Amino acid sequence: MEIRENEEKKFDIKGLDLYYGKFQALEKIDMDIYANKITALIGPSGCGKSTFLRTLNRMNDLIPGVTIEGDIRFDDENIYEKDYDVINLRKKVGMVFQKANPFPKTIYENIVYGPRVHGEKNKEILDHIVERTLKEVALWEEVKDRLNKSALGLSGGQQQRLCIARCLAVEPEVILMDEPTSALDPVATSKIEGLLGELALKYTIVIVTHNMQQAGRVSDNTAFFLSGKVLEVDNTAQMFSNPRNSKTEDYITGRFG
Amino acid sequence: MNKKSKNAIFYAIIVSLSALALISLILIVGFILIKGLPGITTEFLSQSPSKMGKEGGILPIIIGTLYVTLVALVIATPIGVAAAIYFNEYSKDTRSVRMIRFFTEVLAGIPSIIFGLFGFAFFVVFMGLGWSVLSGGLTLTIMILPTLIRATEESLKTVPMSYREGSLSLGATKWQTIVKVILPCCKSGVLTGLILGMGRAIGETAAVMLTIGGSMRMAESLLDPTRTMALHLYMLASEGISEEKTYATAALLIIIVLIINTIANEISRRMIKLS
Repeated sequence: MEIRENEEKKFDIKGLDLYYGKFQALEKIDMDIYANKITALIGPSGCGKSTFLRTLNRMNDLIPGVTIEGDIRFDDENIYEKDYDVINLRKKVGMVFQKANPFPKTIYENIVYGPRVHGEKNKEILDHIVERTLKEVALWEEVKDRLNKSALGLSGGQQQRLCIARCLAVEPEVILMDEPTSALDPVATSKIEGLLGELALKYTIVIVTHNMQQAGRVSDNTAFFLSGKVLEVDNTAQMFSNPRNSKTEDYITGRFG
Repeated sequence: MNKKSKNAIFYAIIVSLSALALISLILIVGFILIKGLPGITTEFLSQSPSKMGKEGGILPIIIGTLYVTLVALVIATPIGVAAAIYFNEYSKDTRSVRMIRFFTEVLAGIPSIIFGLFGFAFFVVFMGLGWSVLSGGLTLTIMILPTLIRATEESLKTVPMSYREGSLSLGATKWQTIVKVILPCCKSGVLTGLILGMGRAIGETAAVMLTIGGSMRMAESLLDPTRTMALHLYMLASEGISEEKTYATAALLIIIVLIINTIANEISRRMIKLS
């Protein structure tokens, strides 16, 4: 991997092992995730990329029987330390899921949910957050007249952008995206991809994707996962034009996957 | 026999059996209403009974019924919802939890006279609450809890995991997630449990017979004895006091249950529409 002395590390992962019961899903992962970059995680189904993504905001805590060894440092603190504040971690490290999961509430209520649970009560500030985040995800013009309608009435692509806005509303530093466009049509996909570049100016993004073109189009760095291991991490352009590992090449060029 | 005639025969059997179920229901309700409706007069609804219920109305008994049922619901709702949340959101599937769950289910199948006996021994005598609205209400609480826990738990299970994940990923605590996201999705499930519980409570005779005392006077406090309509009906019929009043009470009981169910259904329908 290239030496990036002048880039700020957001996550520093060393020797990460993860087990579901006795099954080892991640093996000796070493990786750095850089601030304000888009890092794509690619690899075939079941390779551990989503599992890895969920270690970064400790969403795997919800699954019984998961054990984790090794080190994940976020802003230089080990997030698996005993007294680490998970609530605060999840506030700083937001997540967008594979299937859009807006709450069965109004569009407005969906966005202000996060700020409210963190104690914001001021109506003006909340209104402002709604407008700001919806503009950030380019949804404002489409929904500004129906903020008090149910979010479930939106199209799939709109719902996913709403979920991104909901995530932005708590002002995270990192956004984890777990195949955010896999359930969307090409038009909605391209809208979200278009957003990513702009979001990367303010946020650090880690995106799991099945789609090679998508990884190539949107990401700065790419990590290739296979059977629970990271085979290669590199600058995306570098990896796509000149992969070091033959398995990476086979996968990128579509020989398996 | 060919496929077609087999099909026709099965269809005929199904239709006649469901017709049988429907007809028996209509017969019962129709019979009670025809015999009872003439007895439901303004006097019947607005006066106190006299001569052991042979004459007068049943106003204190209507009030007593609603009173006892309300006490049961008000106490049972928070306990039942809390228990369901614990089982579904907090407890792991350990042996002791499975045991508790098993006992909850057994509790649902216990004959109600046994609840009555327990209520008498525990609330009336041991706790010294006497024959009262409160003793009866508490006894009914225990009786309807399993139904309520079950219905709430079932509706908690239908809330998609993705809602929980969405909430937790925003930095909400588990408690906030339950109160602000999960429970609002379960309103109609809880309500269904309440309707079922209420139906059971309002029509209950055996469990209240030993706990509320059976007084026909207007209950003025939680510690006064009272009488429910089902119990009144039982007394009138078993002691042969008045056939007319017996059927009038029965008809009124059916009507009240019908009204409560209609209202609850309507509320439930509106809630679903809103969400």
